[in-house]
Amino acid sequence: MGPLFPNGLISGDWNLVIAVFIGFGFGFLLEASGFSSSRNLAGVFYGYNFVVLRVFFTAVIVAMVGLLYFNYFGWLDLSKIFILPTFLPSMIVGGVVMGLGFIIGGFCPGTSFTAIVIGKLDALVFAVGLFIGIFLFAEVFPYIEHFYYSGNLGHVTLTDVTGISAYWWAFGFTVIALSAFWASWLIEKKVRKRIKEYKF
Amino acid sequence: MIKYNSKREGTHYLNPYLGGVLMGLLMIVTIFISGRELGISGAVKDTVVETAHAISPAAAKAHPYYGMYIKDGQSPMHSWLVFEVLGVFIGALLSGIIYKRVRKPFVEHGPSISSKRRLVVALIGGILWGFGTRLGRGCTSGAALSGSSTFSFGGVMVMLLIFASAYLFAWLFRKLWT
Repeated sequence: MGPLFPNGLISGDWNLVIAVFIGFGFGFLLEASGFSSSRNLAGVFYGYNFVVLRVFFTAVIVAMVGLLYFNYFGWLDLSKIFILPTFLPSMIVGGVVMGLGFIIGGFCPGTSFTAIVIGKLDALVFAVGLFIGIFLFAEVFPYIEHFYYSGNLGHVTLTDVTGISAYWWAFGFTVIALSAFWASWLIEKKVRKRIKEYKF
Repeated sequence: MIKYNSKREGTHYLNPYLGGVLMGLLMIVTIFISGRELGISGAVKDTVVETAHAISPAAAKAHPYYGMYIKDGQSPMHSWLVFEVLGVFIGALLSGIIYKRVRKPFVEHGPSISSKRRLVVALIGGILWGFGTRLGRGCTSGAALSGSSTFSFGGVMVMLLIFASAYLFAWLFRKLWT
């Protein structure tokens, strides 16, 4: 049955309308969870606020397990879904650059948008930076095009690369997530003793 | 003693685990319906392409990067991500209203830096993200969150690198946040 759009069960136009509703849910959950504050987001790197870890990891394991369930029951054909491709060198550099941007700017693109609508000027400036960054990328693109497309492993999954089944990965992620939740609870207790304010 | 910010005394956030569960369920629904996961940075890219196209259609079409995303008869903004991001703004606004977090424009910054400094680093951070998302084929939403959830090797890799990198540089930039 699923995925509906690739299987032709809903039209392209409806897919776009549904996209708005999905974005609505995503934006709501992000802001409601506190991702609209750069100080909350940066907290995971200094031990005073682990909201990023808790929401992110929970979402990943729920989605992983859910997708496997849907696939197992035949409701969803996992071979028809989009898997992010892997371009080894450029994505490694991209990850490092984004991490640096995270610790300096305190936002990622999506969270900055949720912060803009609640009035944060730093988020607006961050978003302007996004435009500039993409523009700069486009300008240097001719010089880095070869690097950008190098190391193309294709749309590989963890299973393709490691041979370990998705079920084990989902299980492994869940174990790591639960350990991380417990560890972060301990760290947070210690760090928050030292600070006066941790909810912004 | 822990004090709440007196201006927004007791600002309430959704329980993070509940937020995560709902987000995970949303992602399952997204894949079930659209066959793809949610993302953000692609929509920003679409907007930049559209801007370039609006400023100079011929130059944009001929541009090695913008040209890839310009198709005859369809605006780059006519994309799944752009529509999704529109929804993100609206959803976040509703949440902000419900939780009483919408305020007149202000600059939120760490206790050790000024508003001006915050604006400067926010801009730098944004530029790094703009550049980084293109290399990384997505941001924390599209590559890390969505990619990992669909068991993409690249997705997990980018997720680990974003967080490892931020942790690596955290001590260097501690004055921005603590």
